[in-house]
Amino acid sequence: MVPSSHMNSTIFETPDRFAIQTVALTRQFGRLTAVDHIALKVHYGEIFGLLGANGAGKSTMIKMLTTLLPPTSGSAEVGGFDIVTSPAEVRRRIGYVSQLLSADGALTGFENLQLSARLYGLDKKEGKARISDALNFMGLTDSASKLVRTYSGGMIRRLELAQAMLHRPAILFLDEPTIGLDPVARHTVWDRLLDLRQHYGMTVLITTHDMEEAEMLCDNLAILHTGKVSVTGKPGELRAGLSQDATMDDVFAHYAGEAIHENTMFGDVARIRRTAQRLG
Amino acid sequence: MLRFIRETYAIVAVELIKLIRDPTELVSRAIQPLLWLVVFGQVLAHVRGIHTGQVNYLAFITPGILAQSILFSAIFYGIAIIWERDLGVVHKMLVSPAWRASLVFGKAFAAGFRGIIQMVVIYLVALVMHVSIRLDPLIILAVLGSVMLGSGIFATFSLIIACIVKTRERFMGIGQLLTMPMFFASNAIYPITMMPGWLRIAAQFNPLTYLIDALRGLVITGGTSVYGFGVDFAVMISIFAVLLFIAVKLYPTLAE
Ligand SMILES: Nc1ncnc2c1ncn2[C@@H]1O[C@H](COP(=O)(O)OP(=O)(O)O)[C@@H](O)[C@H]1O
Ligand SMILES: [Mg+2]
Repeated sequence: MVPSSHMNSTIFETPDRFAIQTVALTRQFGRLTAVDHIALKVHYGEIFGLLGANGAGKSTMIKMLTTLLPPTSGSAEVGGFDIVTSPAEVRRRIGYVSQLLSADGALTGFENLQLSARLYGLDKKEGKARISDALNFMGLTDSASKLVRTYSGGMIRRLELAQAMLHRPAILFLDEPTIGLDPVARHTVWDRLLDLRQHYGMTVLITTHDMEEAEMLCDNLAILHTGKVSVTGKPGELRAGLSQDATMDDVFAHYAGEAIHENTMFGDVARIRRTAQRLG
Repeated sequence: MLRFIRETYAIVAVELIKLIRDPTELVSRAIQPLLWLVVFGQVLAHVRGIHTGQVNYLAFITPGILAQSILFSAIFYGIAIIWERDLGVVHKMLVSPAWRASLVFGKAFAAGFRGIIQMVVIYLVALVMHVSIRLDPLIILAVLGSVMLGSGIFATFSLIIACIVKTRERFMGIGQLLTMPMFFASNAIYPITMMPGWLRIAAQFNPLTYLIDALRGLVITGGTSVYGFGVDFAVMISIFAVLLFIAVKLYPTLAE
């Protein structure tokens, strides 16, 4: 079961501020502008989706917000601290699961978590308690002493989530957390995320190009297209804004500049084209 | 300080677990120095072409081969770093509030343990071959320190290269390109005094030379340090400090 004793150790918001706020945030790679003057506001406690096709700039955005990548220009505050001038303060308040599978396959699940506990400065006893909570919460208790290279994709993702939440971050960044997972594993990850928000009040910024995921999880969305925000809003609003019977796929096709799936079926293409026509 | 130790320990602990769990790399790395000592050393000792003062040739190259195996096992450390980058492990380290200096120093320190395993192998082989090794505990301690320091230098150097080239292929090329010249432009298998002038100058800019010089004064009976331990350690510690400084600056760029 989910322990409630650690809840008050989450770094909570001051209500008048945003969990994430960016101003004209920009990143160039040579002549390519991967993120182009993005202004975003994410409230505390919400699950915010950053959508976009491959190469839209989602990962670049997350890397800047998690202090891994310095912006070319513009600014951003995460948890009330500037990502450039106070990166250490930001790091203490965030958790991050990268697009890559970042758990160390040569270590056991427990050892991976132990490394995180130490890097985040949890004392031994507190660390142990939180590790067993986290394993329990993610349904990994029985696999804790197995090498991670024997885990399934879904188990690795859950382990990474466990690692990212160990220090009770106020804000969690997840870069395509369910990519490559089978539907069952995806639903498990979604359930864990919703639980995390409910039990720990975490703010979550998630990137995806999966519309079902966006609709299912996100309170608010921003759709990126070639480094710019093409639209923001709640999933329902975005659908309603297009047409009465628009689906999230229609929304994506309209704002992200292309259809989601490379192997889009003929029927889908026809529907997307119809949408485009309707919108004239 | 306490925090630095804790964070460094976190990195070292992980590296040690992996080392113990999968020692194949260590075993394979131990074979090369074995060949150098058993084959090359013995043959050249019979030829008597290289004058090495009071110590015999086999004893002379024992510290040299120790330093060489430290260099070879540490210089490819960067491959592991690039591997961690491709996996996203580096990213996970870097989003944590741990000091960058702890992360880099932890890596360098862990490399020291690989060096120590090389040392144990070479000591065993040398003893079997009747090389007169000094077994005074204080001397052994000093050798351990030198081995850790030498491993730290080359591992940090390797980490810097990894941060610059960022891909495995380019790294392998550069690693290959660097190690042999570093080995031959050193006093590992012949004394500095036998070198032509230009090579002597190159050797003086080679950190390996100072590691070997210190080891030669420490490891074997009757061995002497040409530059003196003061110079050897001053040079090595300075180089290590500079390399650490650069590595701490560059390591975060791995996640970009
Ligand atoms: N380190 C980098 N160097 C050069 N170009 C990059 C780098 N990272 C990303 N890009 C480019 O920036 C654009 C956005 O990439 P990314 O943020 O990864 O997109 P997404 O995560 O939305 O798929 C892409 O065109 C990508 O090729
Ligand atoms: Mg991406």
